Amino acid sequence: MNYADLFRITLPETVLEIAALFALIVDLGLVRKAALQMRVAVAALVGVIGCGVAIWSLSMQPTIGLSYGAGSKLILLGVGGYITAAQIGILLLTGVTLLLFTGSVFTRHAGEYVAVVLMSAAGGLLIAAAQDLLVIFIGLELLSLGLYILTAFAKSSAKSAESAMKYYLFGGTSAAFLLFGFSYLYGITGSTNLHEILLQLHQGELYQATPLLNVAVVLIIAGLGFKVAAVPFHLWAPDTYEGAPAPAAAFIASVSKVASFALLIGIATTAVHVFDAPGPSPTEQGAHPGFGGPWMVLLVTLATASMVLGNLAALAQISVRRLLAYSAIAHAGYMLIAVAFFSYSPLSSNAILYYILTYGLTTIGAFGVISVVERATGSDRFDAFLGLHKRNPLLAGVLLVLFLSLAGIPPLVGFWAKFNLFAAVLNLSAGVVPFTLVALAVAMSAVSLYYYLQVLKRAYVMPAVDETPIKAHPVTLVVLVTIAAAVVVLGCVPALLQNWIAGF
Amino acid sequence: MLAWTIYLSFAGALLEALLSKGKAGVARWLALCVAVLGLFCAVGGFVQGMGQGRSVIVDVPWVPSMGIHYLLAADGISRVLVLLTGLAAVAGILFSWNVEHRTNEFFAFYLALIGGVYGVFLSFDFFLLFVFYEIAIVPKYFLIAIWGSTRREYGAMKLALYSFVGSAMVLIGLLAAYSTSGSHSTSLIALAHAGLPVSFQMWCFPLVFIGFAILAGMWPFHTWAPTGHVAAPTAASMLLAGVVMKLGAYGCLRVGIGLFPHGLDPWGWSFLGLGSWRDVFALLALIGIIYGALVALAQTDFKFVIGYSSVSHMGFVLLGLMTLNQIGLAGAVLQMFSHGVIAGLLFAIVGRLVYDRTHTRQFAELESMHLARRLPFAAWAFVIAGMASMGLPGFSGFVAELQVLIGAWIAKPWWTVTAGIGIVIGVAYTWRALQRAFFADRLPTPEEHPKTGWPDLGAITWPEMTGVALLTLTSLAVGLYPRILLDTIEPAVKALLAGGGQ
Repeated sequence: MNYADLFRITLPETVLEIAALFALIVDLGLVRKAALQMRVAVAALVGVIGCGVAIWSLSMQPTIGLSYGAGSKLILLGVGGYITAAQIGILLLTGVTLLLFTGSVFTRHAGEYVAVVLMSAAGGLLIAAAQDLLVIFIGLELLSLGLYILTAFAKSSAKSAESAMKYYLFGGTSAAFLLFGFSYLYGITGSTNLHEILLQLHQGELYQATPLLNVAVVLIIAGLGFKVAAVPFHLWAPDTYEGAPAPAAAFIASVSKVASFALLIGIATTAVHVFDAPGPSPTEQGAHPGFGGPWMVLLVTLATASMVLGNLAALAQISVRRLLAYSAIAHAGYMLIAVAFFSYSPLSSNAILYYILTYGLTTIGAFGVISVVERATGSDRFDAFLGLHKRNPLLAGVLLVLFLSLAGIPPLVGFWAKFNLFAAVLNLSAGVVPFTLVALAVAMSAVSLYYYLQVLKRAYVMPAVDETPIKAHPVTLVVLVTIAAAVVVLGCVPALLQNWIAGF
Repeated sequence: MLAWTIYLSFAGALLEALLSKGKAGVARWLALCVAVLGLFCAVGGFVQGMGQGRSVIVDVPWVPSMGIHYLLAADGISRVLVLLTGLAAVAGILFSWNVEHRTNEFFAFYLALIGGVYGVFLSFDFFLLFVFYEIAIVPKYFLIAIWGSTRREYGAMKLALYSFVGSAMVLIGLLAAYSTSGSHSTSLIALAHAGLPVSFQMWCFPLVFIGFAILAGMWPFHTWAPTGHVAAPTAASMLLAGVVMKLGAYGCLRVGIGLFPHGLDPWGWSFLGLGSWRDVFALLALIGIIYGALVALAQTDFKFVIGYSSVSHMGFVLLGLMTLNQIGLAGAVLQMFSHGVIAGLLFAIVGRLVYDRTHTRQFAELESMHLARRLPFAAWAFVIAGMASMGLPGFSGFVAELQVLIGAWIAKPWWTVTAGIGIVIGVAYTWRALQRAFFADRLPTPEEHPKTGWPDLGAITWPEMTGVALLTLTSLAVGLYPRILLDTIEPAVKALLAGGGQ
């Protein structure tokens, strides 16, 4: 490893960091005296440009990953394949959340907000590519620390502070678990490289010999389960979604999820490709080697618990943000099935990526609608959405499309994501367990229609209490309509995104 | 030509949604034009397709990586049901001429529903069929929840959830069939020829069949039907009974029986005399026929009578499917058409002609209103519709139910005997409803008697007359000359039975 290589491969992260500093400089230096709206717009613009440049800089990356040294074939940071797709997704979604930021007024610190978002996104880019435990941990911390700050960003709101504190405490604990698990892995295998670790586990007698591996896997799953908000590590999600300012919540719900699932894809991909080059010989075993330990059992348990609890708890909510949090838990459950039953071919990783990217986009849109409604009514309760179709028909239409997509109604993109995901699982193995899980997931998404319809019912069916029109910031409106249009178009022509993801 | 029915409906829905509010007149005429054009396409496709087998309309790859095609095709069964949809759509719009509340949205949802229904009948790709099937769910919810009456939000949500649970079962079946066949295609034809293992068909068939049959109102999953029908606005209940329930029955036939013919094979053992899924579903269909008719006999709400009668009549369709012989299956398809027309007419009379004027559907109140004298058109329309519904010769219901009964006799004679009892009860409840709603000359009690004389119920308008005439004449035409449809249905049924499916 030399520093030139390191620089070239971390170019997008570097671009984001520079953009973050630039946003600070512009906001605190150049437009300091300007009106808040102006400052927010400028800072967001800088951030969006930064994301754009970062996407462009992805094409400047070398074609092979960064290795540890001249003689080593082990990869520290990967490139290409699902990694690049996930990174572009992270950058695009970050850009969209920044655009939504232009319409909000929860803070006077526009430059700082954008800077923190960009730095967090840089952490997301890192974990999407990381193949080394230490890099994974650093990336996760970079991402998470930013998220804690973003959650607390509405300084005048007590809820924001409270939820940030909860998020931070949960996050800190789970990071400790994760690190503890990593340290066990290192202790068992003597390496911090994922590939090396997995190879050691499969080649040595460590695989079955040590209960320490089980402990390590349990701890790691707990740490990662927190990131994706899987039951029983989900407790932070409803509070955070409820307390965080809307653009920050959108960021947490989308970008952080994409990054975390990219990490899970990375671990799972390495696990099934253990015996590929640069290992000694390609696999002679018929079955694809997995991570070992209780990895799969734990993932299946988490997935089942998340689907069931997420969907059932969502039924009882009266706050749309909390509803979205529980639905996010449920969606994470669906994706975890595919992580548990992971294919050797890129089929599974593509399906998960497809799901998480479209889900992220849809959730951002949903939070965008919530933020507009909240500004007008001061609440995110169901009743705040009463008569939305009269107060702002366009916004109601966007909400209709996004929520139906989340419920998985064709021809919207959420349906394709689900179909794609479940088909990938069943394609790998049509055994009893995966089939039961998929059947449960489909049944649970039937449950989910109920609570999504509860919100849509308020927007379209029930009479309005207050019929004054709701005005949305023009940028917000354009972004929301674009998202809704994308959800429809990608749903009608699903091959577009599929081919795009498979093209890397 | 037939494919245009789909595109026209969705384009119409989009236009209606974009139409500015307050232009109710424009919205109505636009919807009527779209529906009439759709009907023309349907009739054109029907006439063109006479004497032809299955013809592919469009076949382009949709999701190449998964082998999903946008495959529209039509055989005799599809053509007949598309024709029914066209008729029901036009009639429904004629009977919702008085919708004043959010008119353009009403027709937007209405046309979107119609488009989805056309799509289901024309899809020959399981996946595409499923997509259209789900598209039809959402507009139903809004049509009922926004424009409905009695307990509309409850009825709408119940209907949406029942439909969605049914379609979830179908989706599981679809995923299972797709991954089991390994044919890398979701085309119904390819899946039918994929040689799905018999043991797989044995469990997948009931899953998919029940999933679709929920929407066809099969007992004991029928409870959405009466509440949904009653809650729905007139046009929506016409569509629900007229075409949406047919979606379910069509799915049972096309997908359930078409893809998994061995699912109907005997199990090799029997439980309480039931030796196969065929026996089970035939029994459920029979229970539906009798139960629906008996419950209809006990209702005090006029619309509930029609709602339960739908359950009973759809039982005939399902029984016809379970006969697995040509005459029974042809009868089932004809019964779908016939019930679609007749139930549409009955709901129109109850909902539009009577309820919108009297604002009550309770027999106890209708009895004192002398409707036979004050609304003679409605009364006589109901007499005709009631006769058609009872299965009097000369109307389409007679031919259809006769064929189903003959088919059932060939399969198992006791099915016919039991279903026959259902017909007798059918006469009873129709007669009772007719008598109590229109011809009961009970004198109003002093409290009921309005002090200022009877309020004017309003004259019957031209859209109502046209609608009644359209549906009545259709039923009569098919009843008098059933070959007009049977010639198209029979070859398709024969092909479906012979081809091990498709």
